[in-house]
Amino acid sequence: MQKMPKWADVALIPLINLTIAFLISAIVIFAIGENPWMALRTMVEGTFLRAEGWGYMLYYATNFMFTGLAVSVAFHAAQFNIGGEGQATMGGLGVALVCLAFPWPHWTVALLAAMIGAALFGAVWAAIPAWLQARRGSHIVITTIMFNFIAASILNYLLSNVMRPVGSMDPASARFPEGARLPTLHDMPILGQIFDKNTPANITLFLALASCLLVWLLIWKTRLGYMIRAFGKSEAAARYAGISPFKIIMVSMIISGALSGMMALNTVMGYSEKLILNSVEGAGFIGIAVSLMGRSHPFGVLLASLLFGFLYQGGAELALWTSIPRELITVIQALVIMFTGALDNMVRTPVERLFLMLRKEGQ
Amino acid sequence: MDYDTLLQLLASMVRLGVPLLLACLAGLYSERSGIFDIGLEGKMLVGAFLAGAIAYTSGSAWVGLLAAIGISVLFGLIHGVASITFRGNQLISGVAINFLASGLTVLVGQTWFGLGGRTPALENSARFEPITLPFADALSGVPVLGPLYAELISGQTILAYTAFAAVPISWWVLYRSRFGLRLRAVGENPAAVDTAGISVVRLRFTAVMITGLLCGIAGAYLATSAPSAGFGKEMTAGKGYIALAALIFAKWRPVPALGATMLFGLLEAISIRYPNLSLGPISLPVQVMQAAPYILTVIILAGFVGRAIPPRAGGEPYVKER
Repeated sequence: MQKMPKWADVALIPLINLTIAFLISAIVIFAIGENPWMALRTMVEGTFLRAEGWGYMLYYATNFMFTGLAVSVAFHAAQFNIGGEGQATMGGLGVALVCLAFPWPHWTVALLAAMIGAALFGAVWAAIPAWLQARRGSHIVITTIMFNFIAASILNYLLSNVMRPVGSMDPASARFPEGARLPTLHDMPILGQIFDKNTPANITLFLALASCLLVWLLIWKTRLGYMIRAFGKSEAAARYAGISPFKIIMVSMIISGALSGMMALNTVMGYSEKLILNSVEGAGFIGIAVSLMGRSHPFGVLLASLLFGFLYQGGAELALWTSIPRELITVIQALVIMFTGALDNMVRTPVERLFLMLRKEGQ
Repeated sequence: MDYDTLLQLLASMVRLGVPLLLACLAGLYSERSGIFDIGLEGKMLVGAFLAGAIAYTSGSAWVGLLAAIGISVLFGLIHGVASITFRGNQLISGVAINFLASGLTVLVGQTWFGLGGRTPALENSARFEPITLPFADALSGVPVLGPLYAELISGQTILAYTAFAAVPISWWVLYRSRFGLRLRAVGENPAAVDTAGISVVRLRFTAVMITGLLCGIAGAYLATSAPSAGFGKEMTAGKGYIALAALIFAKWRPVPALGATMLFGLLEAISIRYPNLSLGPISLPVQVMQAAPYILTVIILAGFVGRAIPPRAGGEPYVKER
């Protein structure tokens, strides 16, 4: 018997969790002597009342969709991929190697090739911890954390010793060729009327949206998706049904890593147009919050990504116009992870009881 | 390399290794009780911040230390409530705690001091000064051992000595005391401990509080133990994760934890002193040294060199049978 109706599980519980997280955030703002209402207004005005605000919000949301989907796919297989940060870092390396390899004739060709580069590098960086988990039993959370740091070191080495152009002091690669420049929303028909020249959101936004759809199809409409979910729900049952744990761990982590890696298309190819240190900027970790909030469902991930995109853009506005530092967003992010993730049962149990009580009275 | 350089390198190893050692032992208690803790980083960070902030406002390093322990234990309790009381995912809770610490320290630091997350510089009694052990000066003339005693063993702060003392104490607690036996048991088989009439919840809460205590000391060491003079934004810079790595490297045992943290401290000391270490024909870039603890941990975890097996009930919330 279901303890509560589906809508309560899908919508009500996350909403209550989020409300608590935001209420505590408001208390934090109040406690540092600022006005939470004014803070919210600054964030909303800075995001929605300016064309540039929209552009940045969608740019951030693109990153979070990729990393959020990455965490979700792994979650469905009961793997906690905390290595999105490292996988996106390596994905950036893949993008840069592809973009710098040729004077690309047109961005469509460059994007296709860079996609393969990003996905491949991200997937490899996830496949090693996955293999270690599946074959050697090393805890995937610890190995993926370690791989985040190793990726950062590799990138640091390559940028300061190998990829840095002669005569440049910056630890950054050379600028990508003109043919690898992705069109922004401003360069597109119709949308170009709305978004101005400085908008960072680009064509990869549509890639991210397509990924949401593809992940939904994969998880709920394919045989492989069924196997992944079955394995995630009960390893013993899945094994009994003839599903190979090795295969599921590897495949789910490779997809997860590829998705994380693809994030770099947006940041490295679409925005900075060269490989820089720390282009990921914590988006790999935000994927965790996004996935938890979205209940690992692609549509939930989409909504959560937009919300976090708003928080990021709003946070930048706060730092610009008020004395509240950007780190407020980190606090909100932490509270969202805490209440939608670790403290979920705190809300779920009483709500379930409430529904059971109502049902008894109704009978 | 002459003897003086070696001594300096070892001194640097101790300075970098002590916070790792404290955090590593902190993680040991929690993980041995079956509660994974990837929030060591966050607890150290809030500890370091409050140690710096309160030591500055009160003018006493000891008050700062108490504040650090207090906030770190509080964060440990949050982790406990999430993972023990509400049976939430321990890893997710740890991630949240790290972000909470990272955000709050800057937010509050900026509000209190307006220095972009830094705390003001500490002087005199607001920080822990080195303690000169007896005869350090008199013996410094003795060849080889004299300088070793005077410059390495003597002249550390009380927090460093505490850290080293915590190793045998933890060993004794874990392997020779009743509490330690129960702690190890609850991490392997909580149902058995429960059957014996011992409260799993209380044991695990005690463990996460000890973790908080030690992380608080680690944070205070970072911010208020000379030559440090105050808290800096993101001061822990991944030390909590290296401590976690060291804990696995030490296979969740206190004495090897000393070895692992000092090894990682030494690696960092070498990478600071020799950015491009040349070993005969090949020259190791600084990044290799920086990544070494993580690579070593992956190798150990993979079981290629001495397998590391975590406590069996680690990460699983305990549900009492009805």
